[in-house]
Amino acid sequence: MNSNQTPAIQVENLTRKFDDLVAVDNVSFSINTGEIFGLLGPNGAGKTTTISMLSTILKATSGMALVNGFSITKNQSEVRKSIGIVFQDQSLDEELTAYENMDFHGRLYRIPKVERREKIPDLLKLVGLEERGKSLVKTFSGGMRRRLEIARGLLHEPKILFLDEPTLGLDPQTRNHLWEYIQRLNRDKNITMILTTHYMDEADRLCDIVAIIDQGKIITMDKPKNLKDSIGGDMISIESADSSQIKSLVESFSWVKSCKLHNGFVTINLLNAEKHVAEIVNSTNKSGLFIQSISIHKPTLEDVFLHYTGRTIREEETSSRDQMRLHRKMRRIR
Amino acid sequence: MDIVYTIWLRNVKRYLRSKSRIIGSLGMPLFFLLTLGFGLNSVVSVPRFSQGYTGFIIPGIIAMSVLFSSIFAGIQIIWDKQFGFLKETLVAPVSRLEIMIGQTLGGATTAFIQGFILLVLSLLFGLILARISGFLIAFGFMLLIGLSFTALGVAIASKMEDMHGFQLIMNFLIFPIFGLSGAIFPIDSLPGWLKAITMFDPLTYGVEGIRYGLLGVSHINPLLSLVVLGGFTIAMIILGAELFRKISI
Repeated sequence: MNSNQTPAIQVENLTRKFDDLVAVDNVSFSINTGEIFGLLGPNGAGKTTTISMLSTILKATSGMALVNGFSITKNQSEVRKSIGIVFQDQSLDEELTAYENMDFHGRLYRIPKVERREKIPDLLKLVGLEERGKSLVKTFSGGMRRRLEIARGLLHEPKILFLDEPTLGLDPQTRNHLWEYIQRLNRDKNITMILTTHYMDEADRLCDIVAIIDQGKIITMDKPKNLKDSIGGDMISIESADSSQIKSLVESFSWVKSCKLHNGFVTINLLNAEKHVAEIVNSTNKSGLFIQSISIHKPTLEDVFLHYTGRTIREEETSSRDQMRLHRKMRRIR
Repeated sequence: MDIVYTIWLRNVKRYLRSKSRIIGSLGMPLFFLLTLGFGLNSVVSVPRFSQGYTGFIIPGIIAMSVLFSSIFAGIQIIWDKQFGFLKETLVAPVSRLEIMIGQTLGGATTAFIQGFILLVLSLLFGLILARISGFLIAFGFMLLIGLSFTALGVAIASKMEDMHGFQLIMNFLIFPIFGLSGAIFPIDSLPGWLKAITMFDPLTYGVEGIRYGLLGVSHINPLLSLVVLGGFTIAMIILGAELFRKISI
């Protein structure tokens, strides 16, 4: 990682309220040049709101942020020139061809014609769409559209690229491809990236630094490896109808580091799981408790999230759906 | 200027590409022209207008087609909002005024083309031009109608979340504007109170202006028409720009 320690983005106490709902709550972080920074959290956690403020689409209620050294409140135009953005929802004109979408973007960013002619085919090639430049976007698949949006976001050579849920709704193969593109871009062009995601594996695989965000607050922030190491040991996950009894039973063992109950699952953090798993099964059997399934794994970012919030991201999603609806309503009122 | 041109270009490209839209929006004006024109031509005669009732309503129908196309072009911003494309434009380092002006000019252009096609078709239906310079006068008024009502469409679209209110706007704004404009009846023969209402309809001045250009005769002095419609256009552009500036996505 070529990071010369100049922050590409610096955020201090950024807050956004929608009436009495605090969507982003006093968030601070900084991203070094050349890093891939991930905001990981469930829907409605405030990821998109954060990105919207940093890209000057949305005004912050309080706090400040510098993007490429420019203030998001005082230097909006400079901020906009410094960034490329791939929105969560599609933002292409389907009635235009891929090339025309790129060309439109180039004109908006005042890129001279000669340069546009040179770079657009190059970028289309970079994302594997060189054959489809003249096709209307409405004939494109979801993955192709995403790739086109990434290519478009790069046309004006931004220093920083924002990716809001870049692989949402894509099939695994396309996701893998996109991850490769993103990593290659980061490496070859040294573009700083900030991406939001609610996919654990995406954050784990792509990001140099992950900030876990929940209900508008950053809970913890570090390299994915450090985050997982901070939990340490192994995880045993037990699915059962009697999960609460199993939890109290397991908690009595001295070698259990921590034990969380969520949604019919007991997740146990311990050292040397292979050694203790039999003991757990035996004692639950003895107490007449029924185990539906059991698995052992190394801690993942999901476990990190669970550790800090007591919930998994998936559970969070169901409960935050109402919050999201509220969110939309707020936007409308505003 | 580059930015205005870019937005304009996108609108015109999209328009030229959608053949169904071009043909589709000719349907209603042509229908009016044929049924009213041929249906009433032999029973209605308008004082001072030598070209019969068909000749009389041709300018009105042209104005109608420009009106509908331009409002529609302005309201398209709602689709850009819903399909996300507006974000792409709003996050670029350009001013909203440039975007709004580009959108208005683009919409006015497509509406003008729509009116122009109808004008050419009218020549086939027996419109006889009083003089060639009249063409240019008619063009001028068609452009003003296009600009003002695209701007109004942008203003409405800036306030609307989705297309649900579209029907409301069609029925309670656009149709009354068309119906009260004297497009299909001579305003001079209206009872006083109704005539007063038509005088508040900006389209009346557009119709009268086009009528003066194409037929050489009109109820309202063409200079007055120009001043009123011109003023309305400026007001609408200011309103549209102001509301578009505040748009949130």
